[in-house]
Amino acid sequence: MAPRFGMVIDTRKCVGCMDCVVACQTENDVPLGYCRDWIATEVRGEFPSLTMEIRSERCNHCDNPPCVTCCPTGASHVEDFGRTVQVTANKCIGCKACIAACPYGARYVHPDGYVDKCTFCAHRVKDGKDPACVSVCPTHCMYFGDLDDPKSAVSALLRTRKSHTLLPEAGTRPRVFYLT
Amino acid sequence: MLETTTTRHNPLIDPVLHAWSWEIPLYLFVGGVVAGMMVLAGLAMLRLARGEDSRTFFSMQTPLLAFMLLNAGMGALFLDLTHRLYVWRIYTTFQVTSPMSWGSWVLIIVYGVLLLSAAIRLPDAWPWLGRRVPQLGQLSDAITGSPGRMNLLGWTNIVLGVGLGIYTGILLNTMVARPLWNSAILGPLFLFSGLSAGAATVHLASVFLGQRPAPQGMISGAIAAMIQPMGKAPPEKKTVDALIRADVAFLVIELVLIALLLANLVTSSESHAVAAALIINGPYALSFWGIIVALGVLTPIVLQALELSHRIPHTIVPALLVLVGGYTLRWVMVNAGQTSQLVQAGL
Repeated sequence: MAPRFGMVIDTRKCVGCMDCVVACQTENDVPLGYCRDWIATEVRGEFPSLTMEIRSERCNHCDNPPCVTCCPTGASHVEDFGRTVQVTANKCIGCKACIAACPYGARYVHPDGYVDKCTFCAHRVKDGKDPACVSVCPTHCMYFGDLDDPKSAVSALLRTRKSHTLLPEAGTRPRVFYLT
Repeated sequence: MLETTTTRHNPLIDPVLHAWSWEIPLYLFVGGVVAGMMVLAGLAMLRLARGEDSRTFFSMQTPLLAFMLLNAGMGALFLDLTHRLYVWRIYTTFQVTSPMSWGSWVLIIVYGVLLLSAAIRLPDAWPWLGRRVPQLGQLSDAITGSPGRMNLLGWTNIVLGVGLGIYTGILLNTMVARPLWNSAILGPLFLFSGLSAGAATVHLASVFLGQRPAPQGMISGAIAAMIQPMGKAPPEKKTVDALIRADVAFLVIELVLIALLLANLVTSSESHAVAAALIINGPYALSFWGIIVALGVLTPIVLQALELSHRIPHTIVPALLVLVGGYTLRWVMVNAGQTSQLVQAGL
C-alpha cells in the first residue's frame, strides 16, 4: 500500500532553536526573507500559572487540503507518492487562491512568481532520507514516517502519547501532529 | 490568556494576509457591473423580441459597453497574477472543485455571448465598421429580425448574467480559512449589488452623447458606439424612470442582504463573530457604514425616490454613488476578509 507521510513533533522536547528553519532554507534554496517552516510559541494561562508550547510549524499536508480543491489549474495537487501536497511551478499562474484558502499561512509567492511551500523534502524522502528539518533537529523532537504503517515511529507515538493538530475545526485533517 | 508569537515573516502573508490588492476588488466589481448589464440587456432583448421598441435604449449598446468593461476586468485579473506567462494553463484543464476554474470557463462563454450581443449593434452604432464589414449587417439582421433568436439571446444574457453575478461572491465564499467570507449570502449580495451598479452604469451611459447622431469616423465612432443610444431619439423618459425604479428595488434588496450577512456572521462561531466585528466596529467600519451603507445604498435610494416623485430633478449623482458603493463593497469584503482568520480556542 502507498505510504501516507506525516510528521510528529514532540513539543516537550522542542526548544525553538530554529535549526529546522535554517536547514530547510539551505536544503531547498528558500529565497532570503521567506520561510517554509517557522517557530510558533504559544503561552496560555494567567501569571504565574502559565504553560508554553514551542512548535515547529509548516504546511500540514492535509488529508482534505483546501489549497488543492481551489486551485484552478491543478498546480496544487496531492502527490501519489506519500499523499503529500505539492505545487507544480510551471502549472501555477500565481492567482493566490491557495494562499487565501490555507488556514495555516503555509504558502507564499516565490520571487519567481509561482506559489511555494514545504514539500516534506520529497526529493530526500524518495531517496529514503528524512526531511532536512527532521534530520538536523538537535533535540530529536521531530519524527517523520508513514501514518498508515502501524509499525512506524510516528504511528507508535500517536498511539501512546497525547497529541493535537492545528485548527482541527477547519476540517482540513492536518498530518503534522504535536505531542503534548 | 492565549498569546502566540511566530518567527514567520513571509511577504503578503504576515502579519495578516494581504495577497490580493486592488486588482481583485476591481475585477469583482467590474464582473458584477457586467453581470447586471447582461441581465438588463437580456430583459430589453426580450421586450424587443415581443415587438416592443426598446431599440432606442439599452438593449443594444449595453452589451458593447459591458464587453469593453469585461476586458478591463479581465485585464485587472491578469495584472493580479504573479506567474503571468503561465496564464494559459487555466484553459488547458477544468478543475471541478475550483470556483476559479468554473469562473474562468464561464468568463469565456460570457465573452462570446457579449461579443455576439455587441456585434449585432455595431453596423448602426459604428457606421465606419458597418461599411467595411457588411457581414456584420447580415448577422445583425439575421438576429434582430427573428424574435426567436432575439428571445434566445436575451435569455442567454439573463442566465449568464445571474451566474456571473453570483459567481463573484461564491469565489470568496468557498474559502473556509476566511470566516468573513463563509456566508452563502455573499453570492446573492454581490449579484444584487452588481445589478444596481449595472443599472447605474447604463443610466450614466444613456446621459452622455444622448442626442447626437452616430459619429462617422473610425475612432470617434468606436468610442460613441459604446455609450450612445441607438437611433436618433434620446432615451424615453419612461425608460429612464424604469431604470431608476429597478435600481431602487435592487438597492433595497442589497440592504436586506447586507443585514442578513451581518446577522449570519454575528450569530455563527466565534471566528465568524470576530470577523464580522472587522466591518461592524473595527478598522473597516467607516468604509462599511459610511461609504457602502450610507453613501452607496441609503443615499441613492432616497435621492432616486425623490426623483421618481418629481421632488428633485434627475441627476447622475445617485448613479455615481451606487458605483462608488459597489466598488467599496468589494474592496472592504476582499481586504477585511483576508484579514479575518480562524480563532484558535483559548483558555
